[in-house]
Amino acid sequence: MSKLRLLGGAARNLWRWLRAASGDDAYERYVAHTSQAHPARPVLSARAFYDERQRRKWSGINRCC
Amino acid sequence: MLATIGALALCVIGVHRHEPINALWILTAAVCVYLLGYRFYGAWIAARVLSVDATRATPAERNENGRDFVPTHRWIVFGHHFAAIAGPGPLVGPTLAAQFGYLPGTLWILAGAVLGGCVQDMTILLLSTRRNGSSLGQMARDELGPVGGIAALTGTFAIMVILIAVLGLVVVNAMKHSPWATSTVLSTIPVALFIGLYLRIVRPGRVIEGSLLGAALVLLGVIAGGWVNQSPTLRPLFDHPGLPLAGCVIAYGWIAAILPVWLLLAPRDYLSTFLKLGTVIALAIAIVIMHPLIKMPALTQFTDGSGPLFGGKVFPFVFITIACGSVSGFHALIASGTTPKLISSEGDVRLVGYGAMALEALVAIMAMIAATLLDPGVFFAINVGTGIAGAAPDAAAATISSWGFPVTVQEMQALARQMGESSLFARTGGAPSLAVGMASIFGTTFGRGLASLWYHFAIMFEAVFILTTVDAGTRVARFMLQDLLGQLWRPMARTSWYPAVLSSSALVVAAWGYFLYIGVIDPNGGVNILWPLFGIANQMLAAIALSIATGILVKARPPRYALVTALPLAWLTIVTTTAAWQKIVSTDARVGFFAAARDLAGQLASGKLSPDRAAVAPQLIFNQRLDGWLTLFFAGLLWLVIADTARLSIRRLRGLPTPRGSENPYRPSRFQAGES
Repeated sequence: MSKLRLLGGAARNLWRWLRAASGDDAYERYVAHTSQAHPARPVLSARAFYDERQRRKWSGINRCC
Repeated sequence: MLATIGALALCVIGVHRHEPINALWILTAAVCVYLLGYRFYGAWIAARVLSVDATRATPAERNENGRDFVPTHRWIVFGHHFAAIAGPGPLVGPTLAAQFGYLPGTLWILAGAVLGGCVQDMTILLLSTRRNGSSLGQMARDELGPVGGIAALTGTFAIMVILIAVLGLVVVNAMKHSPWATSTVLSTIPVALFIGLYLRIVRPGRVIEGSLLGAALVLLGVIAGGWVNQSPTLRPLFDHPGLPLAGCVIAYGWIAAILPVWLLLAPRDYLSTFLKLGTVIALAIAIVIMHPLIKMPALTQFTDGSGPLFGGKVFPFVFITIACGSVSGFHALIASGTTPKLISSEGDVRLVGYGAMALEALVAIMAMIAATLLDPGVFFAINVGTGIAGAAPDAAAATISSWGFPVTVQEMQALARQMGESSLFARTGGAPSLAVGMASIFGTTFGRGLASLWYHFAIMFEAVFILTTVDAGTRVARFMLQDLLGQLWRPMARTSWYPAVLSSSALVVAAWGYFLYIGVIDPNGGVNILWPLFGIANQMLAAIALSIATGILVKARPPRYALVTALPLAWLTIVTTTAAWQKIVSTDARVGFFAAARDLAGQLASGKLSPDRAAVAPQLIFNQRLDGWLTLFFAGLLWLVIADTARLSIRRLRGLPTPRGSENPYRPSRFQAGES
């Protein structure tokens, strides 16, 4: 039983890492940050945030040979 | 323990000089060397030379905005950084360098990474982190002065153009007269468009879902390519020579660079990152399971400079050919861009900077293994251009066998049939031979009889991230050009003004398209000219990055610690300068650009060339001269920066006034040391 729970915990950690590393949870993080740090500021929609994130990501050098 | 295993593996490599060696020894030696380098040299540099201070707040913490400045867990930054630095470079370079035998390239990937590449990446990452994540160009301007700044910018732009051209050439050579490869690579475009729409409209930002869906679709594309290859009606539609394919890549580059990023570039990048990580892990597992014998000798007779893939002696050319797997100046651009804005503690720079580069070097080692486990005869038959080995298969087989690497036409035909290709002779560029190597590793490990599927999977995998580089590189080069042209005429700098965007993109595409075109019409394959040029440019950028680092580190106490970057800098300067010198003044037409131009002009004048070769000769002659001047320009730029660094270092050591630099003042971190 405890082994199963351990395995489940490891899988959850891996999933969390994968989501963070790939940017899958970027919107959730952004919403959490904005609502906590700047409650007065309007929050972008998921699509607007995705657009802006991609535009910023690809306006500099971030892929190599 | 680790040291013992590493030493044992290195001893085995040393003892097996004259007999086939198992690839597992090379992999073991590499893993041990990198772990030891990370544990000791990396840790010593971080603590003593760079004085990494985990209590000092990083830009991610100071400027946290939930968007680009985000304090991030170190393993996630590691993932981001590795995905950004790992491209097709470490796969192509070792394959080409395998013409010298497996030993020179392998040793350079081991030593170059531990003492040079990892140190450069980590140092630049820390210096940029202490300067609010400023770019290499900005640091060059702030720390060295305007000369360094302009040199770094020009170097970056030139590298971008040559890199895109040579990678485009690799893809074109892989698709040439291969309906399966062409249709598979083509199928990745609609898949990327579909995923782009999915990620923006259907499920905004759900990257993992999108990537999984896309990966399944491109795998289907590989299988569908096999059907195309079997179909008598569809096959001719995708069977093209190099020139029209190059035209398509050029047109693709222009269109892709002006489309919105979310539509094509971003989804393609998610796909390529996903495939890249999956393939690298699978390759490592397969090498361990299969533990193949290396069939290439440790050293071949081509170390004397007579090599058929590219001319030039093992010194300095192995150090130019393998850039990305050992030291790559391009990494300095990444380490001073997005990554420093994510670092949550200075304590993480060793894992992210040194560690990610060590992993990249391991990828280069695996590419070297995949190239050298082929029969040397087969390796040369695939990689040597028709200009050297001869256009007819039996002539090529006879030439290569006469070098002492026996190969027969029947053997090559059987291999081509097995891989689902019509011919594998003279498929230059490195991608086909790497794909054959990967197919034979995967084929023996994960199911026989699937070799043709694995082969085309490998081609698709390389093509996907090469096309990502083509797209992203064109876009970045366009921004740089717009910035420059905007100084002459303001509206050109507006990134949302269509005439400016279209014309500057067209200029960038024309620049790399020219080199791609010349590469395609060159009977020697073109890669033999372009790759050394790329290597010289990339190592020159590395030398500029190391100059910046050295110029800053002489301020450290004691100043002799600056040797950790000054020594790799000295080595790269020797290597790059020697290579550039030989490329310019050598009278050997296989090495010197001007000698090659003279040689070809002589042949043209005496009427010795066949009509089709005589038709393209004037363009090739012009191009050889242009490449010669470019090399001279790169070398001049490098020495300018070095002279500037030396001048500044001497002033600094004497206590004379120097540029103030732009290091952020110390501010304590809210995070507890080591917590994140």
